[in-house]
Amino acid sequence: MEIAIRGVGLLAPGLIGWDTGRAVLAGVCPFQPGAVPDPDAMMLPANERRRSSDCVRWAVQVAQEAMAQSGLDPRDLPTVFASSGGEMGVFDKLCRALAAPERAVSPTLFHQSVHNAAAGYWGIATAGQQSSTALSCYDDSFAAGLLEAITVVCVEQCPVLLVAYDLAVPTPLSQARRITTGFAVALVLAPSTDASSMVMRIRLEDCADEPSGLEHPVLEAVRIDNPAARSLPLLNAIAAGGQQIVRLGLLESQQLMVEVGPCRL
Amino acid sequence: MPPSVQPMVPLVLSAYTLVTANGRGVGPVLDALRERRSALKLCDFEDVALKTYIGRVVGLEEFSLDRELRPFDCRNNRLAWLGLQQDGFMAAAAEAKQRYGAHRIAVVMGTSTSGILETEHAYRERDPRTDALPGWYVPRYRYTHNMFSLGHFVRTCLGLKGPALVISTACSSSAKVFATAARLMQAGLCDAAIVGGVDSLCLTTLYGFSALQLLSTGPCRPCDEDRDGLSLGEAAGYALLESSDRIGGRGTVALLGYGESTDGYHMSHPHPEGAGAMRAIRDSLTRARLRPEQVEYVNLHGTATVANDSVEDKAVYGLFGARPACSSTKGWTGHTLGAAGITEAVISALCLTHGLMPGTLNCRRADPSLKCRILRENQTGSLSCVLSNIFGFGGNNCSLVLGKL
Repeated sequence: MEIAIRGVGLLAPGLIGWDTGRAVLAGVCPFQPGAVPDPDAMMLPANERRRSSDCVRWAVQVAQEAMAQSGLDPRDLPTVFASSGGEMGVFDKLCRALAAPERAVSPTLFHQSVHNAAAGYWGIATAGQQSSTALSCYDDSFAAGLLEAITVVCVEQCPVLLVAYDLAVPTPLSQARRITTGFAVALVLAPSTDASSMVMRIRLEDCADEPSGLEHPVLEAVRIDNPAARSLPLLNAIAAGGQQIVRLGLLESQQLMVEVGPCRL
Repeated sequence: MPPSVQPMVPLVLSAYTLVTANGRGVGPVLDALRERRSALKLCDFEDVALKTYIGRVVGLEEFSLDRELRPFDCRNNRLAWLGLQQDGFMAAAAEAKQRYGAHRIAVVMGTSTSGILETEHAYRERDPRTDALPGWYVPRYRYTHNMFSLGHFVRTCLGLKGPALVISTACSSSAKVFATAARLMQAGLCDAAIVGGVDSLCLTTLYGFSALQLLSTGPCRPCDEDRDGLSLGEAAGYALLESSDRIGGRGTVALLGYGESTDGYHMSHPHPEGAGAMRAIRDSLTRARLRPEQVEYVNLHGTATVANDSVEDKAVYGLFGARPACSSTKGWTGHTLGAAGITEAVISALCLTHGLMPGTLNCRRADPSLKCRILRENQTGSLSCVLSNIFGFGGNNCSLVLGKL
């Protein structure tokens, strides 16, 4: 399956926006992780932004960045949102409220808790009515999201917005699921044409080879820490701009072999 | 360049099963439909003090998962396990594995809350001084509450090695699994798929829907003029999907089409004109190569909330007029949320096989403002094509067309 990459959005400590992220991954700028300011997520209407969770704002931020690069109308694109745990910060608040005697759950907290909260807010922000899927595959959620997104591109012959995100898990839930830094990435994927400037060819393979890692030890630690950061080897290849093969693990028994190149392969 | 919707190759439901509060396996569910027996009872779930009715699956408290399945033990996976044991489903999956190979069968599951009940329990046992979660919970989050837990569990039980993922788009989750599986098969990434969904009762949804003032104080009354909200239920259901190019004789039940859309309107309110719903229904018909007049029965989402039933009526009437029979089966099962898609897909398959159109249970007088032909009594007769609608939070819609080959 050959797919064009029409836009990239990125948000993580030291990788704020694709321009910065690309420069860091290409080795042009040093990697200097620090606190990430609350994303503007400007596409969210003010009252929706006020009610939104951190996950929603991170996801919308990278989605709007990738969409802007693509020059496409967001209302035309089906979306795929991939996250291992979804709204872990909301679960913490919700389970605290349910553990208290009065069990006072607010309607807002409840609707924020669904795994498709970010997908739903993106739909409201864009007034889009295309299909939208929210999914999880634990540590391999990015690869599973990529698989879902490319099947939509190929079967329905249309561009698709893929967003993957997981935020740092708050205490005490972090005892059970340790994710220490937030990471969100978005890709606009489309059927490839002769004019495509960045293309990937993807195969699903049965094998147990090690998935690709990163040479930079701190970035490699980020890749292992956060399921959405399992996208880093692919982003690294896109940033490098040449032809490269990246292996993304999919449930130990399979992997996505992604061949990235600057034009049709 | 919006998506182009093309007709699809029908996918045979070569095995299917369902556990709801009505019973274990399709037999008891079919009996309940025929005898018009609701499974909704006054809420007796844990220590929940809400005046509402629920469709609770009996017996989930009385066994646990052991040996290699022990880490997965929680209400949601017990229900998932119970579902796998019915109607010869494990044997059918094993045969498919022989036929295609473990790597060539995908597992696509749907759930809305997974095993969140475990986390709810763990939070009650936090250390009052340090806020720490209890030791029993910590290693089990991955296998119980995490959204992928159900996919991991089903894949483990069936010994499959193909692509697997869990879709969680609130109530539409286990309807959308059919669409994802259809695409994976069409793209050649697998030869068959196990699709399904499991959702179980928990405090999050009981108190959450209560906060939204969407719970009925009695058994839910879909399409009734006095309807006042939904009743929550729980269910597990599965289907084995195989391409009709390979399998399935005349009269076999198959997925003929699917349609997915979003409202792009509000997180917990449907679009007032049902615009997203209409788009999902229209796309499902296009994929099925069907004209609206070929649909004989519509299994409505029909949650019995004031807003859902009236907006869904607008969408269905807008596309079909008052011709097809329409009913909701939520009065039997309750709203099983992330399992509603598979619950109603299996019920639709039973309707096709047995020539049954269930009249909406608990609908004493159909809301006169609804324009669709709402069925109140069961009807029997040959049936060849059914539409099933599922709409969820985040304005997430999915329609499935099931029919006989």
